[in-house]
Amino acid sequence: MYSPHTEAERTEMLQAIGVSSFDELLAQVPAALQRGPDNWPPALTEPELMAHARTLAAKNKPLVCFAGAGAQDHFIPAAVSSLLQRGEYLSAYTPYQAEASQGLLQAIYEFQSSICALTGMDAANASHYDGATALAAAAAAAARITGRKKILLPASLHPEWRTVLATYFKAKGEPWLEIVPCPRGGLELAEVQQRLDGTVAAVVVASPNFYGGLEDGPALAQLAHDSGALLISVFDPISLGLLEAPGVWGADMAVGEGQGLGNPLNGGGPYLGLFACKKAYLRHLPGRICGATTDAEGHRGFVLTLQAREQHIRRERAASNICSNEALCALVATIYLALMGPAGLRDVAELCVDKAHRLAEQLTQIPGYRLRFDRPFFNEFVLECPGSATRVRNALLKDGLLAGVPLGAFNSTMGNCLLVCVTESRSDEDLARFVAGIRKISP
Amino acid sequence: MIQREKLSIEKSVPGRRGVRVLPASRPAADWLPERALRQHPPRLPEMSEFDVVRHYTRLSRLNFSLDTHFYPLGSCTMKYNPRANEAIAALDGFTAAHPSAPTRALQGTLEMAWRLEQMLCELTGLAAFTLQPAAGAQGELTGILLASAWHRSRRDHRRTEILVADSSHGTNPASATMGGFAVNTVASGADGRVNLAAIRAALGPQTALVMLTVPNTLGLFETTICEIAQAVHEAGALLYLDGANYNALMGLVRPADIGADILHFNVHKSFSTPHGGGGPGAGPVGVAAHLVPFLPLPRVIEKNGRYILKSSARKSIGRMRTCLGNVAVLLRGYAYLRSHDAVALRGIAEDAILNANYVRVKLSDLYPAAIDEPCMHECVLQTNPEQMRGVKTLDVAKRLLDYGFHAPTIYFPLIVPEALMIEPTETESRETLDAFVAAMRAIHAEAMTDPEQVQTAPHHLPVRRLDELAAARNPTVAWGATIP
Repeated sequence: MYSPHTEAERTEMLQAIGVSSFDELLAQVPAALQRGPDNWPPALTEPELMAHARTLAAKNKPLVCFAGAGAQDHFIPAAVSSLLQRGEYLSAYTPYQAEASQGLLQAIYEFQSSICALTGMDAANASHYDGATALAAAAAAAARITGRKKILLPASLHPEWRTVLATYFKAKGEPWLEIVPCPRGGLELAEVQQRLDGTVAAVVVASPNFYGGLEDGPALAQLAHDSGALLISVFDPISLGLLEAPGVWGADMAVGEGQGLGNPLNGGGPYLGLFACKKAYLRHLPGRICGATTDAEGHRGFVLTLQAREQHIRRERAASNICSNEALCALVATIYLALMGPAGLRDVAELCVDKAHRLAEQLTQIPGYRLRFDRPFFNEFVLECPGSATRVRNALLKDGLLAGVPLGAFNSTMGNCLLVCVTESRSDEDLARFVAGIRKISP
Repeated sequence: MIQREKLSIEKSVPGRRGVRVLPASRPAADWLPERALRQHPPRLPEMSEFDVVRHYTRLSRLNFSLDTHFYPLGSCTMKYNPRANEAIAALDGFTAAHPSAPTRALQGTLEMAWRLEQMLCELTGLAAFTLQPAAGAQGELTGILLASAWHRSRRDHRRTEILVADSSHGTNPASATMGGFAVNTVASGADGRVNLAAIRAALGPQTALVMLTVPNTLGLFETTICEIAQAVHEAGALLYLDGANYNALMGLVRPADIGADILHFNVHKSFSTPHGGGGPGAGPVGVAAHLVPFLPLPRVIEKNGRYILKSSARKSIGRMRTCLGNVAVLLRGYAYLRSHDAVALRGIAEDAILNANYVRVKLSDLYPAAIDEPCMHECVLQTNPEQMRGVKTLDVAKRLLDYGFHAPTIYFPLIVPEALMIEPTETESRETLDAFVAAMRAIHAEAMTDPEQVQTAPHHLPVRRLDELAAARNPTVAWGATIP
C-alpha cells in the first residue's frame, strides 16, 4: 500500500538479486507456516478511512471536563500543536547518531533542564512511559540505593499507581509495598513515623495527592531522612508554577505525570512520565539521558550519555529495560514550558487554584454537599454528595458536563464522593453550569 | 544552513511572555498556606511566541528524520508514517476524550480498541491481546509477568529462569531481570540461528520462558522454530516471540502457528506510527488461550454492539500503567491496518524482504554478509578494518551521515563483529536504495585511498564527531545555575 514499487521494478530487483521468483527468497520459511489471516476486512481508501474514523470519533461524547485523577484538561497553545507536526521531530528515531540529531538532543537537554528547574532537582531523564511507571522505577532505584526492601506508599496516592507498582514488583517479590492509611485525605506524620523501622527504602509523598490535597513535604522528608530512607515526591508539574519545588523541601527523587504540559487527554495516552533526582542518584535514573559535550573542534554539542546503565549495553544487569520512551510528548512539554515561562506557568497554576476553590465554595453552599477533607488543595477536591456520586456524575452528563470521577470504584467507603478537577480551561460560565446542574438535582 | 543554535535559556529576556493568561480573581496566597508556595520562580526561559516557534523550527533543521533522510536502521523498522493516520489521531473526538469518562461517553475510543484487538488476533492466530503496554520493552515485561503468574497458578514454583538468544535485543534479558528471573543466554549456531540442540540442553524444570525473535536480529528466519516450540512446551515452559521484527512476517506467518504463547508487537515499527525521536510507541501483547485470564486490566469487552471496560479479573496480573494504553498510537496503528487488505498486508512483508535482499546483494562484495544467504527484512553486513585500511564500522556510519543517509544500526547483534545491520523497509524506493548502495561503495573507495577522510567524519554536519567519553566522565545534563 505504501510501497512505491511497480511490478516491473519488482521483477528487475529480483533479477538483480539473482533469483527467478520471490518464493526463492522465502525458502527458509517452512511452507506449512506460510498462512495469512483468514478473515481480514477489505482495504479502506483514504476517504473511506477518514469517514470511518470520523464516525468513530463522533461516538465519543464531547463533554466539558471537570475530571482529573491523573489526566487534566489544560489549555494547549496552538504553537505547541503546530511545531509538533514537523516531520523532523515526528519521524526521527532515537538520537543514537548524535551528529545527525543535534536538534532533538538539544530539545531533550532543554526538557531535562526545564524539569530540573521545576522540581529543584539536579538531573532528569529524557522521559518515562507515564507517571505511574516512573514511580515504579523510582521505587526500585530507592531499594537499590539504600539496600532496603520496603516502600511506604500513601493511601492518598492514585489507586491505579499503587496497582501498577504492585504489578511491577509481584513476580520479583521486592521491593515490598506498605500502604500508609490516610483516613483524613492525606499523610499523618505519626502514621509514617511508626512505620519507619530501618527497613524502609523510601517514603512516597504525592502532593497534590490523589484527592487534590497538599501534604507536609518538608516534615515528611525530615522523618524519612532521619531513618535513612529516601523521599520520593510525586508532583504535578503545573502546580510547581506556584508550589515549592520538591528538591527545595527535601525530596531526593521526584516523579510526575507530565500530560498536562501541552499533551491532550487522548483517552488515556500517550502521556509523559517525568523523573528527576538529586545529583547523587544520577546513575540510578532509568532510560535515556542527554548530556552536553564538545565536538572535535571544541564546539558545544549534545549526546545520549551514561549509556552503560542501559539495556542495550548492560543487558540482564541493567536496572531497567526501558528503551522507547515518550520523546515526542517530552518535546511538547519543552515547547509548552518555553511558551509559558515562569510567569505564565505561575498564572496558569494560580488560575487553577482560584477556579477550583471558587467552584468548591459555591458547591458547598448547596445543602447536602460538602468537602470530604479539610486540607489545603491545589485544583482537585473531593465533593461529598448527599447520595451516589455516580448518579450525580450521570445526571450532569445530560447537561454535557463530565463532573468528575466517582470514587466508589476505588474505595467502597467513598461511594458518595466525587473527585472534581478544575483547570484554567474552565470558564466562569462552565463553573456556573456545574453549580446549576447540581442545584437542579438537589431536593 | 543552520550550524548551531543557542539554548532556549540563553535566548531568554526577563519579562518576555509567550502566552498570556487571564489573571486569577484572587492571589493563590488567599487559598493556600504561604509555606506551600515557592520562594523562587523556576529557571525557565522567557520568550515570545515567535521566539519559541523560530527556536524549535531551527532546532528541527539540525536533525535527520525519516521524512528528510533514509534511515536503514536494523530492527527499528523506519517505514513511512502515513499522514492520514496523523489526521485521524488529531480528531477532536479522540484527543478530547478523558480516560475516566464513563464508557457510554467513550464508545468511539473503545470500539477502535476492540476492533484493533480483533485484528491483531486475526493477524497472529492468538486468542487475545492487551493494548496497555506503552512500548515493546514494557510489552516484554508484561509477557514475563504473565508467564510468572501462569506458572504460579499451576503451583510450579521451580521456574526461575528465562532463556534468551545471544543475538536477542538487550531488552529481553533486561526485562527478564526486572521480572525477577535469572537469565540463561543460549549461543547461536554457525548459521546465525538459535541452535536447537543448545536450547534442548538448556531447557529444564527451571525454565519458565524462552524468548526468541523471529526473524532473528541477523534477519534470518529460525528454521527450526517449530521444533524449538515443541521442545519448550514439552519442558513445561512457555514460548515468547519478540515481535520487533514482525514486519518480515506481516500477513505471511501467524505466530500462533509457530507455537507462540506470548508475543508483543511494536506498533511504532510494524504498524507505521511515528517514532517521535524515541517514542511514544505502543507494545500490545498477545497470548494463547491458556494465558487470557492473566492479562492486565482493564480490557475492552463488546456486548451487543456496546463496549465496556472489564476492570476486575481474579487471575489478572494487575495493571502495567494507567488507563487503557497509548490510545493515540494504537489509533494510528488501527488506521494503518484498515488501509490494507490481506494481499496488501503480505505485500508489506514481501517488499521489505525484497528491499533488504537487494541491498545485501549490491553490497556484500565489499561489506561481507555475516551469514551468506538470502535474508528476511534486514541484512547484517560487516566492515573489515583489515581490508579497509583501519576503517571501522563506526567510521562508515559517521561518513554515511555526510552522504545524507542515516547510519544503519551498528555493532548489533553483539555476536557479529563490526556489524552493520540494515533494514530498508518496504516504503523505500529503488532509487533510494541505489543511492544508499552508491554511498556505501563510495565510502569503501575512500577508505582505500584516504582512510582519514572516513575516520574523521562527519565533515558536513552541524557538529564534528562528538566526545561521548567526556560527556559520560563529567555529566552535564541540565542548565542548572550555569550553562555549559
